[in-house]
Amino acid sequence: MGWYNKRLAKSLWVFHASGSPCNNCDIEILDLITPRYDIERLGIKLVGSVRHADVLLVTGIFNQKIAPKIKKIYDQAPKPIFVVAIGTCVSSGCCFKDSYNITEKPESIIPIDMFVPGCPPKPEAMIEAVAKLMGVLNG
Amino acid sequence: MIAWILFHLFVFPGMLFTGVMGLLVGWYDRKLSARFQFRKGPPLFQNFNDFFKLLGKETIIVKEAVKSVFIIAPLAAFAVLTLIATIIGLALFYQRGFGGDIFVVMYLTMTFSVMVILGGSATGNVYSSIGAGREMKLLLADELAFILILLVPIIKSGYQIQFDQILAVQQTSGPFIGSASGIIAFIIGMLCIQAKMTLAPFNIPEAETEIVEGPFMEYSGPLLAFWKLNHYMMYVIFPFLLILLFWGGFQLQGIGILWAVLKYVLIVTVMIIIKNTNPRIRIDTALNFFWRYASPVAFIGVILAVLGV
Repeated sequence: MGWYNKRLAKSLWVFHASGSPCNNCDIEILDLITPRYDIERLGIKLVGSVRHADVLLVTGIFNQKIAPKIKKIYDQAPKPIFVVAIGTCVSSGCCFKDSYNITEKPESIIPIDMFVPGCPPKPEAMIEAVAKLMGVLNG
Repeated sequence: MIAWILFHLFVFPGMLFTGVMGLLVGWYDRKLSARFQFRKGPPLFQNFNDFFKLLGKETIIVKEAVKSVFIIAPLAAFAVLTLIATIIGLALFYQRGFGGDIFVVMYLTMTFSVMVILGGSATGNVYSSIGAGREMKLLLADELAFILILLVPIIKSGYQIQFDQILAVQQTSGPFIGSASGIIAFIIGMLCIQAKMTLAPFNIPEAETEIVEGPFMEYSGPLLAFWKLNHYMMYVIFPFLLILLFWGGFQLQGIGILWAVLKYVLIVTVMIIIKNTNPRIRIDTALNFFWRYASPVAFIGVILAVLGV
C-alpha cells in the first residue's frame, strides 16, 4: 500500500466543484496552474470530469439548493478521493453564516479532509495544503 | 518460433517497448508544452505515476452504460495498437514483413478509431456521445487523405505492399522524402496523424474545455489508464510509420543510431509545436480542410508518384 500511496501522492488530479461561491476562491485556484505557481511540476492536473479525479476542491457555502448536488458529485467520484475545502466559507460560513438558506455544516454533507481558510486563500496557502496532503500520503 | 513471436508481441517492438517509450515521449510532450507556456512542467516519470495511480483507482461502471462494450473498448484498442506497433517495429528493426502489411496497418488504425467511437457511445453520457460522433466525423475527414498518402510509397516502390520491400527499395534508391511526391505525402501525412491522434488543432472529439474529454469522460480507474496509455503509444507508432514509409527507416549501427533518434525527435517535436501553436477548429472546418485541401494535394502527390517524380 505504501508504494501505491507514493504514486498517488505524485499524481493528484484535481476536480474543482463550486458550491455557491463569490467566485473569488475559484479565480485563486486557477492561479495555481499559471506559469508563476505551475503545480503541474508536482504532478497536479486540473481535470474536467469528476470520474478522473483524486482530489475534490469545494468552495463557497453549501446552501440548501447546492448541497444535494455536491453530495452527488462526491458520490460520482472514484474512491479514494480527498476533499479539500478552499476558503473561509466552507470552514465557518464567512459573512453568509447567518443566511436563511445555508445548511448546518458542510461536514454533514460530505466528509472533508482538509480546510484551507482565507478569503480568498493565497495560492501559497493552497500549495502548502497540497504539500501536507502529499506528506500524509508519503507517510 | 512461438517464443519469438510472443517476445516480439509482448516485449520488444510490441507492448512493453511501445508502452514505456510512449509514456516517456508523453513526458517530452508535456514538458515541451509547459516550456511553451513558460511553465516548468512535470518530472520525468510523471506519466508512469499517473498510469500506476489510475490502475489502483476504483472502476465505476455507469448504470446506463452497455457494460461489455464499455469494458472491452479500451482493452481492444490497446490490443490493436500493440499489434500495429509489432508490425511496424518488426519491419523497422528486423526488416521483416508478412504479406499485406500496409493494408493491415491501415485497417487497424481505423479499428482504433472505431473502438473510441464504441467506447464513447457505450457510456450513455451526452458529452461522450457528442465526442463519439465527432470522432466518427473526424475519421471520415482524415481517412481519405491517409489512404492516398499510403498509396505513394506503394507506387514508388514498384507496387510493393510489404514494409520490408518498401524499406529495401528506399535503401537502394534513396528515401522517398527526397522526391516531390514523397515530400507532399509526408507533409499531408503529418497532418493526418495529428488528426488520428486527436492533437490540437484536431482535438475536436476530446475537447477538454468544451465536452470534458468526450468519449473518455465516464471512464475511471484502470480503463482510463488504458485510454491514456493508448494515446501515448500512438506517439511512437505514427512517427515510426512515417519514418518507415518515407524516410528510409533506421540504420541501427554507428552514426545511424544518432540519425534514427534525430529523425524521430524531429517528427515528434514538429507535432508538439503544431499542437501548441494552434487553437481547436470546428468539426466542419476540419472536414472542409481535409476534403477540400489535404485530399486533393495528396491526390496530386499520387499522380506525381505515378509519373515517377
